[in-house]
Amino acid sequence: MKIPLPWFVAIPLAAAFVLPMFGEKVRKTSLAIANGTMALLFLFSIFSLGRQDVYLVGRWTIPFGINLVLDGLSELLLLTVSVVSFASMVFSIRYMQRYTGLSKYLSLFLLMVTGMNGVVLSGDLFNLFVFLEIASIASYALVGFGCEHEELEASFKYMVLGSVASMFILFGVAMLYGMTGHLNMAYVSQALQGASLRLPVVFALAMFLAGFSLKAALVPFHAWLPDAHPAAPAPISAMLSGVLIKTLGIYALVRVVFNVFGVSPEQDWSIHLSWLLITLGVLSMVIGVFLAVGQWDFKRLLAYHSISQMGYVVLGIGIGALVIAQGGSHTWAALAILGGLFHLINHAVFKSLLFLTSGSIETATGSRLLKDLGGLAEKLPLTRTTCTIASAAIAGIPPFNGFWSKLLIVLAAVWAGHVWLAAVTVLVSLVTLISFLKVQRYAFLGNTPAHLDSVKENGGSMSWAMGFLACLCVLMGLLLLIPDLKTTILDPAVNTVLNGIQYAGDTIANSR
Amino acid sequence: MNGMTIIVKNISSWIKILIFLFGIYITLFGHLTPGGGFAGGVILASSYILLTLAFGKRVTDENLPLWLASRLDCIGALLFLAISLVGFLFGASFFFYNFIQQKYLAQHASDFHLVSAGTIPLSNFAIALKVGASLFMVFLVLSTFRPGEPAQQE
Repeated sequence: MKIPLPWFVAIPLAAAFVLPMFGEKVRKTSLAIANGTMALLFLFSIFSLGRQDVYLVGRWTIPFGINLVLDGLSELLLLTVSVVSFASMVFSIRYMQRYTGLSKYLSLFLLMVTGMNGVVLSGDLFNLFVFLEIASIASYALVGFGCEHEELEASFKYMVLGSVASMFILFGVAMLYGMTGHLNMAYVSQALQGASLRLPVVFALAMFLAGFSLKAALVPFHAWLPDAHPAAPAPISAMLSGVLIKTLGIYALVRVVFNVFGVSPEQDWSIHLSWLLITLGVLSMVIGVFLAVGQWDFKRLLAYHSISQMGYVVLGIGIGALVIAQGGSHTWAALAILGGLFHLINHAVFKSLLFLTSGSIETATGSRLLKDLGGLAEKLPLTRTTCTIASAAIAGIPPFNGFWSKLLIVLAAVWAGHVWLAAVTVLVSLVTLISFLKVQRYAFLGNTPAHLDSVKENGGSMSWAMGFLACLCVLMGLLLLIPDLKTTILDPAVNTVLNGIQYAGDTIANSR
Repeated sequence: MNGMTIIVKNISSWIKILIFLFGIYITLFGHLTPGGGFAGGVILASSYILLTLAFGKRVTDENLPLWLASRLDCIGALLFLAISLVGFLFGASFFFYNFIQQKYLAQHASDFHLVSAGTIPLSNFAIALKVGASLFMVFLVLSTFRPGEPAQQE
């Protein structure tokens, strides 16, 4: 079945504008429509696996028209967005019972999905920026959805820093347009290969790097994330941490750096850029995890871990870029990039699961401060099981998905000749384990405080969503171990990144 | 809010019609002259903003309450989406098929007339609805919230 690519944008957009028409009275219908939309997108993204396609909107040929590009990397991200947003939407059915303004929430949620699908599919830089803004603005509103003092403050901080990031990105797009006369990524990429002016190219690259790092909350740019992610409702935290920072930050960064600018031994800035990525990755990993250990607010702890885990992703991709830039073997580069991208999707699953469990604990007990909790293992058996699975996954304990991707990154670091990077990776993993042991100890074990005696497990949609993601956490190692799955899901994404500026030629050839 | 003085009220009750008409003109001739859906929508919204400023909030609550503006906003967006989708019914397999131009107008209408350009004036109309309603809502919401007062539900 060949699904026209704009459906991925048009369907959630249509649903987002249909829902507010009903108003507040028909909660069930609104929830049914929203969940149906997400289920449909989930199916569509599965059907689109293994397809190379370019869609010309209005059938205007590039570089004059707008094009949507589906390739390996886009498919991987599209699937991740669909899985996480589907689970979060199912979780919302029960979780959102205590909030008013449900139709606004669902509408913004769907707009955020629209934006992310658009970012992933967009084939030109300006539409990338437009969809990025759609997703960002929806997320600013969702972070402040509770309308309490803390939430509005976090939302405002997020909005200011997010807008700064958007300005950086827009400025980068404008500079590239000024230099090349194109906005289409394929044509920009081709024009850049023959560009004679070196300094403006590097300056535009720096703009993109700063903007996307701010969106991805890598360490020097991370200030907004620990406030914004805990303040949002739990399913939104799961979306923000699970997919938003990845599509808006990492995906866009990888797309621009590898496919538009092109990392290669001939470009002398490639090595500096790779080291910059590795530095950002290591800083995020180390600083994020050490800030996380001391937190007592469960969601805030998870938010700091998001920074740390994004460091892993950037580190893997940075090592890949370094190997390519030094003219090394493409096998090792492929291994590093595979590690990075695989960790990206693994993190999407286990981190959104962790945020959903935190939402479940918060719904059951009314608190998310670890010191107020205790002895919930018997009261909330399902939450406890899923939370333990996700904690094991994020700490990199063998059968779970996090282990495999961290293993790949460590192997790639060793083979690329940077043993200290591997050592840092393992050390950070250990500290992650410590901080999640703390969560297990204070939330689920120990004595039950008197005020938690009457706590009951959240059944219904919340348990379904958590169970679904927990199953994925256990099974996702198979993506790497079963060759068929690896060649349909992971390898095309890695090849898209590895092939670099061949992207331009492929896109132009496919659009004929 | 009871609005401003009698002078302002009298003058703006004349001017608001002109502004509104100008907004409609900019929207309808968007495909021929400078302007279009966005600019037209902003002008339409500004006529209502003038009404609110001059006559106070009660008048606009009767004319264009928040819930109606919200519905118009959604209708505008859906209309735009519908225009892009209708092309599928007319045999094209892609979005934004300019079916009116291709099927009907190409033979009959000449360029640079009001009825030309197919679906583009319709899209302009949808955008004007969307932009006008949402800009007016932004104004209303910003004017509703005051420090120390609880937020009003719609």
